[in-house]
Amino acid sequence: MTAVPDIEFRGVTKRYGAVTAVSGIDLAVPPSAFVALLGPSGCGKTTCLRMIGGFEQPSEGQVFIRGQDMAGTPPYRRPVNMVFQQYALFPHLDVEDNVAYGLRQARPRLSAREIASRAGEALEMVRLAGYGRRKIHELSGGQQQRVALARALVNKPAVLLLDEPLAALDKKLRTDMQIELQNLQREIGITFVLVTHDQEEALSMSDFVCVMNGGRIVQLGQPSEIYDEPADLFVADFVGKTNLLSGTVAGHSGDLVEVALADGTVIAARKRTALRQGEAVSVSLRPESLSLGARTSGPFKGIVRNRIFLGSTAEYAIEVQGIGTLLAKADHLIGHGNLFKPGEPVAIGFASGTPLAFAETKNNGANQRVEKHVEIIS
Amino acid sequence: MLLGPATAWLVVFLVLPFIAIAVFSVGERAPEGGYQAAFTFAQYANLPARATAFWNTMVLAPVGALACLLVAYPVAYYLALRAPQRWRLILLALVVIPFWTSLLMRTYAWMYVLGGRGIPALLAYIGFEDIRLINTPGAVLLGIVYGYLPLMILPIYVSLERLDRRLLEASADLGATPLSTFLGVTLKLSLPGVMTGFSLVMILLLGEYLIPTLLGGGKVFFIGNGLVDLFLQSRNWPFGSAIAITLVLVSVVVLIAANRISTRVSGARRVDLI
Repeated sequence: MTAVPDIEFRGVTKRYGAVTAVSGIDLAVPPSAFVALLGPSGCGKTTCLRMIGGFEQPSEGQVFIRGQDMAGTPPYRRPVNMVFQQYALFPHLDVEDNVAYGLRQARPRLSAREIASRAGEALEMVRLAGYGRRKIHELSGGQQQRVALARALVNKPAVLLLDEPLAALDKKLRTDMQIELQNLQREIGITFVLVTHDQEEALSMSDFVCVMNGGRIVQLGQPSEIYDEPADLFVADFVGKTNLLSGTVAGHSGDLVEVALADGTVIAARKRTALRQGEAVSVSLRPESLSLGARTSGPFKGIVRNRIFLGSTAEYAIEVQGIGTLLAKADHLIGHGNLFKPGEPVAIGFASGTPLAFAETKNNGANQRVEKHVEIIS
Repeated sequence: MLLGPATAWLVVFLVLPFIAIAVFSVGERAPEGGYQAAFTFAQYANLPARATAFWNTMVLAPVGALACLLVAYPVAYYLALRAPQRWRLILLALVVIPFWTSLLMRTYAWMYVLGGRGIPALLAYIGFEDIRLINTPGAVLLGIVYGYLPLMILPIYVSLERLDRRLLEASADLGATPLSTFLGVTLKLSLPGVMTGFSLVMILLLGEYLIPTLLGGGKVFFIGNGLVDLFLQSRNWPFGSAIAITLVLVSVVVLIAANRISTRVSGARRVDLI
């Protein structure tokens, strides 16, 4: 890898008094990438973003922006801009003055004409041309969001930081903005770093997802990798819906382990780490990897308890004796009427993929480091 | 319904006295003092006789309010944005506590502190002879700042406290130095508080006469002195009323101006006096 990373963390730790928010993070983000920092609240993702922005200083380690060590560089001298949670637009300025704020800070000063034309371009980019003289409080949430984007992008930052930018929007608008943000990133070609707790958002928008838990990076990879090959139980559980069944290792066969589940059923599963005979494990079964049928010869038999029809698919909650409730997703084939009704007995088999077995660890994630130095190679 | 008691209070203690004063101001002084019914603007025509007192007041009030503002803003800024959370309440209490003692008492105390046996005596002890502090304009200004400071600090504190801290981060993020952030965001968004404090102190200073009398030596006359004289000594109620009405009008003008300025700069916000 030759390109200088846009953002690089080297051994970054952040402590607040006795609390460690971020611990020993190593991360390199290549140019022009859309990276999502994903994790539950308190996992340290926002702290990481704020250390890039310069609002927090690392207790240990260094943060580099385009190869420059940022130690001691205040936010106003960093070549990055942030879209804040709830936008933090200036209430005393109109839309255009909000957008032009960064341009007015430039030294040497920019001419009034250049400021006006660049602010106008930025507003056009976010489809708010003609809104320049509106007051902030006259705008809808989605419009405010776009003003915040224009205000950050007008300064042509090396990296755009987005702190839960879509959290305050309703679902429809959020989906639209996800597409808009993706297009915008491809259009201007700078690195976007997105902080979110919404796994769907992270998977759908970004080129790379960095899953964090307990102040550490648990897994880093492309969205499909994160979903298909979760590094540990935490990721498997946090990203996407899954059924986690507990069992014990009953035997090994090649790369696979045989797991005996609570009801005595033995299923074959792939493993992420070495597993001992008799070790307690959780097996992850994605709902869409299960197949349902009246006659399918599957390992499980159960009774449909609940059905949620979603159009192209249907989700079933199926009670399996001795195991509990399994969530299964089945394609809906138009005209086939293959929907199961609550109360109907079904057999459950595996449609695709092999289940994954994870060692059960208490306090998962915090005591598990998968890779020492994580680097994205694009 | 709920507005009943408040309305009654306002009518009895504000509107009625105001009407009485307005009626007095177009009347005449009775031969033995007091008020005699009439309808004449003679009292208002006579206002230039007090031009000096008016002038002095018009200088004292804004200058005093400005001095208060310059001292109060850094204090309010520290309290709202810099002081550790757990100290904040204690420090605010310290600002307010002196208010529990009468202003007269506290001003008397300053007379002794600044007087011959106070600070000048200490200065003389270390070699600076003949320094006069009491009965100077500086002493008056000091007394005013001391007496009115809490009234200025509290509204500014409230507006700074309400300030969204993320706006300051956003400003820094967009390349603004701390000074630009202060001038472009903090100061502008705290302007409603500044204007509230400024008009509050200024309006009170329009009627102030105690501090200049005690600490300024009573050589300079203010409207406040004039009013006390006219109502209590020379018992010329109509002329006193005319002056009072004029003072009220000036106050209203000050309030409207303050409101306009802060509305224009900080967006659609009004000055809240109460």
